[in-house]
Amino acid sequence: MSLIRIYGLFLRHFYLITRSFPRILDLVYWPTIQITLWGFISNFFANHTTYYNNAVGVILTCAILYDFLFRTSIGFNMLFLEEIWSRNFTNLFIAPMRIGEILTSLVITALIRSLIGLVPAILLTSPLFGISILDLGIFLFLLFLSLYIFGITLGILVSSGLLRFGPSFENIAWSTMFLLAPFGCIYYPIETLPEVFQKIAYMLPLVYIFEEARNILINQAVDIENIYYAFMWNALYFSISIFLFYYSFNAAKNKGTLINMGE
Amino acid sequence: MKNLIEVKNIKKNYGKKEAVKGITFNVEENEILGLLGPNGSGKTTTIGMLLGLLKPTSGQIFINNLILEENRIQILEMINFISPYIELPKKLTVKQNLYVYSKLYKVKNIKERIEYLSEKLRIGELLDSITGELSSGQKNRVSLAKALINEPKVLLLDEPTASLDPEVGDFVRTFLEEYRKEKKISILLASHNMNEVTRLCKSVLMMKNGEIVDQGTPDDLITKHGRTNLEEVFLKLSRSKSEFN
Repeated sequence: MSLIRIYGLFLRHFYLITRSFPRILDLVYWPTIQITLWGFISNFFANHTTYYNNAVGVILTCAILYDFLFRTSIGFNMLFLEEIWSRNFTNLFIAPMRIGEILTSLVITALIRSLIGLVPAILLTSPLFGISILDLGIFLFLLFLSLYIFGITLGILVSSGLLRFGPSFENIAWSTMFLLAPFGCIYYPIETLPEVFQKIAYMLPLVYIFEEARNILINQAVDIENIYYAFMWNALYFSISIFLFYYSFNAAKNKGTLINMGE
Repeated sequence: MKNLIEVKNIKKNYGKKEAVKGITFNVEENEILGLLGPNGSGKTTTIGMLLGLLKPTSGQIFINNLILEENRIQILEMINFISPYIELPKKLTVKQNLYVYSKLYKVKNIKERIEYLSEKLRIGELLDSITGELSSGQKNRVSLAKALINEPKVLLLDEPTASLDPEVGDFVRTFLEEYRKEKKISILLASHNMNEVTRLCKSVLMMKNGEIVDQGTPDDLITKHGRTNLEEVFLKLSRSKSEFN
């Protein structure tokens, strides 16, 4: 692994973001709108239901966590798609970069993109709604880390599809998160789902992450098992995604997708 | 003279379709080899295999005596490519693009390298311009600068002067000739511009339907086929069905 090359690819995207005010605005705009909207919904539910035990901000916290996952996953896909849209894909793959270097660079850049969008939105929650996501304490870091890994995993899976099938796979890039959201039990406990769906949900790290976030905020207790299961499922899916990416890269080399990649 | 590119009986099949049917050729150090052929003849597929973007169905490629499949990264460090069909990120400035690729190729003395190429390719005044806002002639010179950023031993050129006006086209050809002489690099040039090929290439491969149908120096081919220039040779070989199909 070469840190210089990883830094080089990071720079390519860093320049792209910092050169364009609309791009930065776009990164900040959607999380802010999303979190403001869920902030008001959260306040309403907290005052009108007993389930949340007046734990103001449960929904909002989950919305922030979900948005982080969404931004990380979409961010990773966007970085990959940028190369296709700009017809730079071939240049990138004829540069002496190892797959691991490309992935590492995109993983770091995706995190920075997500944080650019999310930090201002999180800072807004305190003055607007009197809520601080830091109430999750030290476990907040573990939950964020778990979501980050899953977001990156989804990004790598979609990028594998882009490598294997070309730009026609782009629509899937936008829809993955929406497909998984119902099973993630982001805003409701898993018991809400029908039994069959529960079985699927238990095979996703999301359910453990969001159940634990609610557990900490509502019951003021920590269930390490939830965090453990989230990481275990993450490890499995992340390994699969890496394997699929390498597989797709080799398949693309056989099929010729790398040469003709572009809109 | 040492061969920097050695292609040994490479084939590429897409399912049942044979895109390249077992071709063999070498490119010596300090040589420009022309790769000619009609659209669909297998030129781009061949270049794709040389760049490691396509895996040959069979056969082997050696670059500087290293097997491509086993030494991909090491080989990619010493080759580069330019084509009008690929571009540099449009929103970045020229200098940013060259800087990014310098990092990707782990270039030492980046500043000096960019300054050298800027002067040679007359892009000094473009360094702070947005790449996507350049004219095609300017973009071409910037792409060439990117392709030379790592001081490649082997340069693959796919229609390097397509869509350029005669003045810029001539500038690029002159530059390539001088650069090749100075650095003793090997160049594989795929082009539809027969005058360009005649001017630059020591020898030429004619491809059709995935095969090499003829090869030799431009003069030898013209004489052998009883024509007055390379374009007529190209047309003869492209249109001939019975002979080569």
